[in-house]
Amino acid sequence: MSRTLSGKAAIAGIGATEFSKASGRSELQLSVEATQAALSDCGLAVCDVDGLVTFTMDTSSEIALARELGVPELRFFSRINYGGGAACATVQQAAMAVATGVADVVVAYRGFNERSGNRFGQYSAGVAQQVNTNGLDNAWTYPFGLGTPAATVAMQARRYMHTYGATSADFGAVAVADRRHAASNPNAFFYDKPITIEDHQASKMIVEPLHLLDCCQESDGGQAFVIVSAERARDLPQPPAYVTAAAQGSGPDQFVMTSYYRDDIGIPEMGVVGRELWRQSGLTPDDMPMAVLYDHFTPYVLMQLEELGFCGRGEAPGFVADGAIEVGGRLPLNTHGGQLGEAYIHGMNGIAEAVRQVRGTSVNPVSLDDRPHVLVTAGTGVPTSGLILGREA
Amino acid sequence: MAVRPMVGLDSTYFWEGTLADQLRLQRCNNCGALRHPPGPACPDCGALDRGFVVAAGTGTVFSFVVHRHPPIPDKELPILLALIDLDEGVRMVGEVVDLAPEELRIGLRLQVGFNRIDDELALPVWRKAEA
Repeated sequence: MSRTLSGKAAIAGIGATEFSKASGRSELQLSVEATQAALSDCGLAVCDVDGLVTFTMDTSSEIALARELGVPELRFFSRINYGGGAACATVQQAAMAVATGVADVVVAYRGFNERSGNRFGQYSAGVAQQVNTNGLDNAWTYPFGLGTPAATVAMQARRYMHTYGATSADFGAVAVADRRHAASNPNAFFYDKPITIEDHQASKMIVEPLHLLDCCQESDGGQAFVIVSAERARDLPQPPAYVTAAAQGSGPDQFVMTSYYRDDIGIPEMGVVGRELWRQSGLTPDDMPMAVLYDHFTPYVLMQLEELGFCGRGEAPGFVADGAIEVGGRLPLNTHGGQLGEAYIHGMNGIAEAVRQVRGTSVNPVSLDDRPHVLVTAGTGVPTSGLILGREA
Repeated sequence: MAVRPMVGLDSTYFWEGTLADQLRLQRCNNCGALRHPPGPACPDCGALDRGFVVAAGTGTVFSFVVHRHPPIPDKELPILLALIDLDEGVRMVGEVVDLAPEELRIGLRLQVGFNRIDDELALPVWRKAEA
């Protein structure tokens, strides 16, 4: 048996709640609904589930979700740390479990009231005073007033602009593309609300150099996936989205959102993810007809393109220009509208879009006939993860 | 202030330093490497034996932001926040005060001072260095 995860597992089912600003239900209920929808999507029953995976940040434990669903026994449960960096790694955990026979049917889930409840975009004293090394790390930023995600990213963005001559309008190309894609997605909060680069430039400054339209939404919602072995997936109703590659990455002198003490700062942890995705899959950036790149803040989309090898260092501003990352362009990104346009479900809704593209059911379809794979990434600025999903095992 | 820093056995020396108007940098007693933020082991040589040096308190802006939204507890916005390359070769985050946002730029020279919050805490703050 070869020592590879590639092609051993597949996402067989996807399910989500509506994406809103006030769900009116508990976070646990959102995860229950998303999981029920994902099971229904692939024709499996609650009693088939024997594994659950989520984010360390999720407020609903695996056992709480199992209780509500009526799952009798769990053989596998796991959580991934580091905020949105966990997204693709939940699928990796599930894929490893089903590939090794540790579990047969694993659900990866995330549900939160991130707008009507605990808003991540705010300055949080609770985050600063966690009783662990993350809290101790935050002693070097929060007491001075550096504590919101936008501020921590703006520090990286300013340096990127200084080093490579990038402009705010270069970042804005990401927002324009996302909102164009959201405009034709009825499930997107910003359905039918495209923006122009002038709108981006005129939006208010949040943390200079970031405008409001460089920042993703805050959203309520739930998203879940059912992961099974490749063999089993072929017997289920939906076309399998095979896990062609799955990787996590942490870089040198890594911190959470504040990896500021490296010579070049940046996001080399995504380079770790990229190299591993290409190694596992045997594919290259040229083999990707599109990608879903985590977009909580626009500058990190440019930096990801460079770390993943779609272009050279400092070349992303040219790469994203002239509609290149919109449908019809050279590398369409975030065809669901991304987290700026559809919803901020901590990267999990981006994985769902990659699955829909593999199935051919996206509202903004990109042809996968010649190149049957999609790359999707998780949160940036933190230890992170990525997936390549494919039509073929 | 925003929030009080979490202080542990590996960082007590720093906050004792700010109360004494000193900006202290962890120094490995085995290989001499300077380090910030601090920790219990030296990433360069693995030694657990460490002390500190007192920094000159001068540095150069490596990057910066102007924070306008959302609110920060007990801060009047906007505030200026910078990544500062200290002359000793380590980097730290700090608030820059007494400076107009448009005057802050990468490469600007800064000088540290200490803002006494109460008997148990002083925070470093940074001002434009005098020429």
